[in-house]
Amino acid sequence: MNYELTHLRTLESEAIHVIREVAAEREHPVLLFSGGKDSIVLLHLAHKAFRPARIPFPVMHVDTGHNFPEVIEFRDRRVEELGVDLIVASVQESIDRGRVVEETGPRASRNRLQTVTLLDAIAEHGFDAAFGGARRDEERARAKERVMSFRDEHGQWDPKAQRPELWNLYNGRIRRGEHVRVFPLSNWTELDVWRYIAVEQLEVPSIYFAHARQVFRRDGMLYAVSPYVELVEGEQPFEASVRYRTVGDMSCTGAVESSARTLDTVVAEIAATRITERGETRADDRVSEAAMEDRKREGYF
Amino acid sequence: MAAQASTNGGPDGGGLLLDDQHDDLLRLATAGSVDDGKSTLIGRLLYDSKAIFADQLEHIEEVSRRRGDGYVDLALLTDGLRAEREQGITIDVAYRFFATPRRTFIIADTPGHERYTRNMVTGASTADLSIVLVDARKGVVEQSRRHAFIASLLRIPHLVVCVNKMDLVDYSRRRFQQIEDEVRAFAARLEVADVTLIPISALKGDNVVERSTNMPWYEGPPLLYHLEHVHVAADRNLVDVRFPVQYVIRPRDAAHHDFRGYAGQVAGGVLRAGDEVIVLPAGTRSRIAAIDGPEGEVDQAFPPMSVTVRLEDELDVSRGDVIARVHNQPAVTTSFEAHVCWMTERPLQEGNRYLVKHTTRTVRARVAEVVHRIEINGASRHGDATELHLNDIGKVSLSVASPLMVDTYARNRITGSFILVDEATNETVGAGMVAAVDGGASPVELDPKRSPDVVWDEGKLNRERRWGALGVQGATVWFTGLPSSGKSTIAAAVEARLVASGVPAYRIDGDNLRHGLSGDLGFGADARAENVRRAAEVAKLMADSGTVVLVSLVSPYAVDRDRARAIHAGDDLAFVEVFVDTPIEECERRDPKGLYAKARAGEISGFTGVDDPYEPPRKPDVRISGETVEEAVEKVLAALSRS
Repeated sequence: MNYELTHLRTLESEAIHVIREVAAEREHPVLLFSGGKDSIVLLHLAHKAFRPARIPFPVMHVDTGHNFPEVIEFRDRRVEELGVDLIVASVQESIDRGRVVEETGPRASRNRLQTVTLLDAIAEHGFDAAFGGARRDEERARAKERVMSFRDEHGQWDPKAQRPELWNLYNGRIRRGEHVRVFPLSNWTELDVWRYIAVEQLEVPSIYFAHARQVFRRDGMLYAVSPYVELVEGEQPFEASVRYRTVGDMSCTGAVESSARTLDTVVAEIAATRITERGETRADDRVSEAAMEDRKREGYF
Repeated sequence: MAAQASTNGGPDGGGLLLDDQHDDLLRLATAGSVDDGKSTLIGRLLYDSKAIFADQLEHIEEVSRRRGDGYVDLALLTDGLRAEREQGITIDVAYRFFATPRRTFIIADTPGHERYTRNMVTGASTADLSIVLVDARKGVVEQSRRHAFIASLLRIPHLVVCVNKMDLVDYSRRRFQQIEDEVRAFAARLEVADVTLIPISALKGDNVVERSTNMPWYEGPPLLYHLEHVHVAADRNLVDVRFPVQYVIRPRDAAHHDFRGYAGQVAGGVLRAGDEVIVLPAGTRSRIAAIDGPEGEVDQAFPPMSVTVRLEDELDVSRGDVIARVHNQPAVTTSFEAHVCWMTERPLQEGNRYLVKHTTRTVRARVAEVVHRIEINGASRHGDATELHLNDIGKVSLSVASPLMVDTYARNRITGSFILVDEATNETVGAGMVAAVDGGASPVELDPKRSPDVVWDEGKLNRERRWGALGVQGATVWFTGLPSSGKSTIAAAVEARLVASGVPAYRIDGDNLRHGLSGDLGFGADARAENVRRAAEVAKLMADSGTVVLVSLVSPYAVDRDRARAIHAGDDLAFVEVFVDTPIEECERRDPKGLYAKARAGEISGFTGVDDPYEPPRKPDVRISGETVEEAVEKVLAALSRS
């Protein structure tokens, strides 16, 4: 017995520690669950943290209405299996109520609108902590993020005035109306997430595996043909064998060409890739050099 | 686990990628500014380990070009905030990740400037290893001293001093040695167990990932090799059982009606089912009925596992309590002294009140006294200080409203640390490390390596007097070589000769060590490194007592032998390295235990000389190659008398 944990098991124990800490110190946490790979791992860790009891907080999906149907089907089934409450916060409703204005044109996306829907839902339900699956390796503004990150009464992040975070001691103290965002997967990489999914044999939505799909090429990325995207002149749909590396809004999430149909082959592909997941598949990060920092300041995931 | 996943993956699945059995985690902290070449160094580690992606590189190339930089600024990779990029400085900690087949690394990249000391402390708090950069042209400057001092205060067990920009001093051995002398002199006053110096050029790539051909005089490993092999598992406290209860699990369903589990992360020691335990502060006793880990029920749990403990008796246990062993308890106290790093503009003053968050317990606290403020280069203390300002470090005395279960930070980095929170603003205003507990230390003090606070007790009887009175002179002779090369035979002959002539001599044999002191170690590279370290530490103590210690140990890696030498040099004790240079064919022919045969047949693996490398010493003090045993003994004794 050498009393050593592998790095994946170390990350697992640290994440469980964070989840339990929030459940113990905050009154109304919520776990943000999109049905994507990171939130699948997050939900699984929450399940492990409290079993054999149920997860002591609800999960919430910020629904743009522009989802992959496979993901919604998976989301509902997984929530049912674990017996947790699902709250759906709808961007469409925010639009209908006049809280946000829908973008127009062929590059319209509901990505940025989600922030308002998310903050409204947090306020409406009185949540004081929201777990997210964001990781520091995703993006350089996220590399600066705390595990437990303070949001003021407007839901804003101030990256220059973050609370120091020492040892495994998290300061989640807030005033009424403020909340904390909690990122238990902060120190995981994309490859860690996939290896963990493989080791734990977790189910993921089918779009993460290679499948035949009608796509078109825009700005060097492959997008699914869907009712939510207008094609512009010169864009020709064609069929390709693709899979998704990230799951977001259909209007801004690109697919990658792939023949990986199993967890092992997906892990092998991720291990070999030379391009980041957000660089390869997310139009929302291409707006400017500080696109993510700006959105995060406003209260984005 | 790997096999299970591969069945799902089909015959051509990447099963190897899932095999993470030999892959552990090392957290390292770097401190410094762009001028030191810190970003270049990190950039090179990331780039050479393929952790920088093509689109990230393209991006920073484009930004550098647009700004008119004459080079690709790798700092853009880590400086993630707009303000940092605009000002060209690191303000806050950034976390970076890379992996090699041996290890996964998390880099906490922290700013070097004094006004961001608090951010450096944040990054250092969880680190296993700290890298301090020294510019070869400038040598040890104020900032290097401060970084090393913070690493020491935060008890980062391993310090690597990279002497950078060696290309700008013509790869001069003399320059490196000057700096090494300066560093060693300074480090001797710090409490860092393991200090390693590596001459590098981050820009040119010398000794970062690949061994440099420009510095043949440097016999140690390149930086990445060192990072991959440094033994960190032994840095955890596996002696004192400490389990702060974080959350009580009570399922509200019929199936688990009587279930009551105490969830938490093990902070020290090894918990085992059946152990008698005490719950503090109440002092009630019970036994551990079962332990549930993330992968299901386990027999034992150790740091940093998150588990759920069930007890045999129904006790009143809640968040903030600590489970410990009956005969090994933390101090239960309402007052203690601590080193505090102050992290906010409003100063800490005597009489001020804060919240203390310590493990899973939060209590009110009052600053009883500011004992002293420490000059951050570690050189001096100011006993007349009554306040600590932003980025100050000092010792304060705290009294808390209800008891905390604490150990000294030197003994346990989890149960010895806390944060201070300002109740008015909810800000984290200070980081604290318990230095001493009022009313005596913990009841049991078992761990000499990390004994709290006390500087090594020299005693009245110093070495000179001891050796003089006994008429002895201690030293260590280190025999290295392939298995069956004849190390033990020669060592035994030397031992017999010395003892016969009235000199106290004692042989430490690698195989025998495995039965006792190192009975818990396997044969992986880490375990071997640890075995060598233990042998070296024991030899050092015995040599100090006046004995001539004859260590016979394969010790295949140069880095481990170098450390053994450093351990002795640090204590001014003679160390004679004897390389028993017997050709492998001859060793294999002898093979008294039949081990080579087994290794060749694939029955055992990781056997030095067969499927694990032996790095021969470049400049041993004695080389034995084909001499008779008698001749070998004479050579060793001659070297010993010269030492």
